[in-house]
Amino acid sequence: MLSIKNLHASIQGTEILRGINLEVKAGEVHAIMGPNGSGKSTLASVLAGREEFEVTEGEVIFKGKNLLDLAPEDRAREGVFLAFQYPVEIPGVSSTNFLRTAVNQVREYRGLEALDAVKFLTLMKEKMKLVEIDQKLLSRSLNEGFSGGEKKRNEIFQMAMLDPSLSILDETDSGLDIDALRIVSNGVNQLKSDKNATILVTHYQRLLDYIVPDYVHVLYNGRIVKSGLKELALELEEKGYDWIKEEVDSAATV
Amino acid sequence: MSTLTKQDPFSRLLESAPTNFTAARILAKECYLAQGIPLAKAEEYKFTNVGKKLEQNITNFFNADSFEVSEELIKSSIFEGFKGDVLVFSNGKFLPAHSAKIKGIEVSVLSEKSDLALGSIAKPEKDPFAALNQASFENGIFISIPKKAQILKPILLLFFNQANEGQVIQPRVWIEAGDFAEVTFIEQSVSLGETAYFVNKVVELKGGINTQLHYYRLQNEGKPVLEVSNIESDIQKDARFTSVTISLSGDLVRNNLSFNLLGSNSEGNMYGIYLLNGKSHVDNHTNVDHTIPHAESHELYKGILADQSRGVFNGKIFVRQDAQKTNAFQQNNNILLSDDAIINTKPQLEIWADDVKCSHGCTVGQLDEEALFYLQARGIDKMQAKGLLLYAFAGEVLEKIQEESFRTYCDTLIQERLGSKF
Ligand SMILES: Nc1ncnc2c1ncn2[C@@H]1O[C@H](COP(=O)(O)OP(=O)(O)OP(=O)(O)O)[C@@H](O)[C@H]1O
Ligand SMILES: [Mg+2]
Repeated sequence: MLSIKNLHASIQGTEILRGINLEVKAGEVHAIMGPNGSGKSTLASVLAGREEFEVTEGEVIFKGKNLLDLAPEDRAREGVFLAFQYPVEIPGVSSTNFLRTAVNQVREYRGLEALDAVKFLTLMKEKMKLVEIDQKLLSRSLNEGFSGGEKKRNEIFQMAMLDPSLSILDETDSGLDIDALRIVSNGVNQLKSDKNATILVTHYQRLLDYIVPDYVHVLYNGRIVKSGLKELALELEEKGYDWIKEEVDSAATV
Repeated sequence: MSTLTKQDPFSRLLESAPTNFTAARILAKECYLAQGIPLAKAEEYKFTNVGKKLEQNITNFFNADSFEVSEELIKSSIFEGFKGDVLVFSNGKFLPAHSAKIKGIEVSVLSEKSDLALGSIAKPEKDPFAALNQASFENGIFISIPKKAQILKPILLLFFNQANEGQVIQPRVWIEAGDFAEVTFIEQSVSLGETAYFVNKVVELKGGINTQLHYYRLQNEGKPVLEVSNIESDIQKDARFTSVTISLSGDLVRNNLSFNLLGSNSEGNMYGIYLLNGKSHVDNHTNVDHTIPHAESHELYKGILADQSRGVFNGKIFVRQDAQKTNAFQQNNNILLSDDAIINTKPQLEIWADDVKCSHGCTVGQLDEEALFYLQARGIDKMQAKGLLLYAFAGEVLEKIQEESFRTYCDTLIQERLGSKF
């Protein structure tokens, strides 16, 4: 589904991603972990099409298409979904209108007919249950004045509405209490199928108790320096990142 | 004050001005001559050089005669959904025969009301154009809403303009509303013909105790328009006046808007949107004068400027020494969509009382890139996402329009302009 080869990206002349390689197949869950500032959000942003980042090398193939050639909205329509680490508050844009516009533009691209108000509402009600999101929130402006947890829930709700094939969740678990984490994870798990894939960016092994990954990768200094199975996350939790940093740094000096 | 080296272009108009309202005319003429057309260095008009524009566009500095306006034209000019009464003007002159008779309201030609204290609200010594209008307008309209009248249907002041021999159009409006009266006005202009003209409008609004007045304006003639307007209002005890000015076009437009809060617990609200492209130039100069304690004013103007358009916002708030417990709020936010667009924004607060709540702020920025990306990342087309964000930005002002048909109409115009139909 997704194939990243030797991806380099920089911002304002500083290289942040320095040769990322990653293969994700349909049905898989990949966790990406790593210390602060290692480039996790940058990778997520580059995949979603954030223009501030300049891709200097490498390629990304998504469902047979060159992802980097597509505008952000077309990537979303093709099925890439990014749950933002920091969802943006947009005053004056009603959550419902926004979502209806988004859903219908995505549907149009995928050759599906637009949903009328009634059908849209029905779909919304169904997906709202998934993340136990309150209708009241959705009558407000998009994310405006939402608590951290509400924002994260809203991201997963949007994901449910847009039915993506590749979901990238950037620290969706950070800041959630256990109840909220359970709800969010439950939503993600219900959306999982053998046709879609998930990339979880996280600092905490805790999330991986709820959404069990097939693979765990460690991103450090713009590169994936270690990959393993879910046990790697436990090891990281126990030992931290220093041992990996040392491994990498000593290898570099040799 | 300015000493003109050239002859003042309006001097012949002033000489041939009507002779009714004698005292008011004489005073106004003196005031005009003392001030003259503001020159480039005149502080009040430094970003909006009306004189130069007049020189470039106007050759015949006489009042344009009124012209025949057909019923079909009137009908087709009234915006969709409007359910109210229409008062029609041709080149600033009131046309009673084409206008509605509104039950419970006195409407007449202003020049028949010779005992009126013309210029007692929009004082000619304060602005040269107000003075020019007072000295040389013809005809005009007088509207009087009696005490306790609740006028439920909005009144549309529909101005048809077309250069006609003379190229000067000087509407003069006097509105008085008695104690406890409630009324809503909508002002709109229709531009005909291809020859340039100069509109110099004065509206005086006189309210009573507890009067509730709404004055909405749409500036959307879609043709090069050169206009100066002075709208001024006295607001008495417990009264609330709200003005909303929606400017969507204008070659050179200068809106002077003044509220004088004269009674305790009075409230003045000024809202505006200017959504400009091409080389449009719209200047909103507002003035709120708090003269007494316990009054409130709220002001919010928002600008979206594309291409080489230019916006000016100047917001004066004057809180006099006696005006303790004043609440005065002012906000001006702008989004520049091009490197060539310009906004000059300036709050001007003069506060002489010590126990007041005043706040002001102005911002000038670009479209929020993070928000734009967020919307795109959800599959929304970039142009449409921009439209959505800009529409949301303008929406805060739009929702201040209480008259639903007019709000819907403005909403549609703005959405069309922003390409954000959704
Ligand atoms: N807009 C930007 N301008 C300049 N530098 C940036 C920008 N965005 C990110 N960076 C830098 O890129 C590096 C990687 O940041 P990124 O946000 O991708 O890290 P991260 O792994 O997601 O960290 P965290 O775990 O704290 O979320 C950091 O050094 C950061 O300072
Ligand atoms: Mg991050």
